[in-house]
Amino acid sequence: MHETTPPAEAGRSDHAIAWPRAIHEALADFGVSQVAFVPDGGHAELIRRVEADSTMRAVPLTTEEEGVAHLAGAWLGGARAVLLMQSSGVGNTINMLSLIKSCRFPFLALVTMRGEFGEFNPWQVPMGSASAAALALMDVQSLHVEHAADVEPTVRAALRMAFEGGSAVAVLLGQRLVGAKVFER
Amino acid sequence: MSTDPDHGLDRRAVVGRLLAGRQEVAVVTGLGSPTYDVAAAGDDPRNFYLWGAMGGAAMVGLGLALARPEMPVLVVTGDGEMLMGMGAFATIAVQAPGNLTVVVLDNGLYGETGGQLSHTAHGADIAAIAKGAGIQDARRIATMEEVEILKPRIHAVARTPCVAVVAVSRAEADRVLPTRDGGFLRARMRQALGLPVM
Repeated sequence: MHETTPPAEAGRSDHAIAWPRAIHEALADFGVSQVAFVPDGGHAELIRRVEADSTMRAVPLTTEEEGVAHLAGAWLGGARAVLLMQSSGVGNTINMLSLIKSCRFPFLALVTMRGEFGEFNPWQVPMGSASAAALALMDVQSLHVEHAADVEPTVRAALRMAFEGGSAVAVLLGQRLVGAKVFER
Repeated sequence: MSTDPDHGLDRRAVVGRLLAGRQEVAVVTGLGSPTYDVAAAGDDPRNFYLWGAMGGAAMVGLGLALARPEMPVLVVTGDGEMLMGMGAFATIAVQAPGNLTVVVLDNGLYGETGGQLSHTAHGADIAAIAKGAGIQDARRIATMEEVEILKPRIHAVARTPCVAVVAVSRAEADRVLPTRDGGFLRARMRQALGLPVM
């Protein structure tokens, strides 16, 4: 069940645990049973929780594009699935989003942002800067979150828009929230 | 070499045989000829035809298979479409749904775009790639007898997923065009499965 406490939780800061926990609880409340993802450090805590939750199936992908098709198939069969990825993965989804648009599938991606706030690695900047615009070009509506207190209401709003309204939505979890990756030499 | 242009099977005969007498199975097709082949075998509300989304057919099948573990799911696609999404083999192998079969009709060329040779005509071996990605039951099919052996597993729930690469002739069959209305295809599949259309 989703109440299970992942073993890795001990010793982690409250902030780093609180907002992924809020997302996990929202996914559970909306009956999400499949979570497809390309791993990202910003999603690590949420992925741990999904893997520890017997009501959810964690589906690791080799590329984000796979996740778009996976979500469509899950919906065809009556399951609710969401896609977790980093902003660099948004570009990998673009043509496959034509499946969502052409068939009017619900779609929900939770995107951890890189390249926008305190980014160390300039290679993350081009796609991070273009993520929202790229999604908008394919008619995926973006909801931005910059503060931990806004995570839960925004994710719940997005879940409702996708699975009750049939919309294509992405929640962009800002780098200010997720925290810039620290490289130490 | 996975394809012999002179001795490949008739793709319509293969698909027609696999789907004859179908009951529960849901079918996802890769764009181009596989979509026409499945339509030619008889339209069905449990057919979900892709007209685009190249490289996505196997993953649509995986999502569907995981959502309905008691329902057999068949993906029918071509070598070109599969080559664009080969990471799906590794992703399917991790989940290992026994109700999923991926049939790749391998004619060694891109039939929709002028018949350019695909990588399988130059030696790429999709069954070996699937096996290397972790699909234990990855087979090559070159005869109608082997098609007969494959048929029962497509309509049942097995213990592991299966990838079957079928060497088909390069001859082009008449186009049988099902509807291109994606919203309709989504809604009728859900309705056929007893779900609300949206």
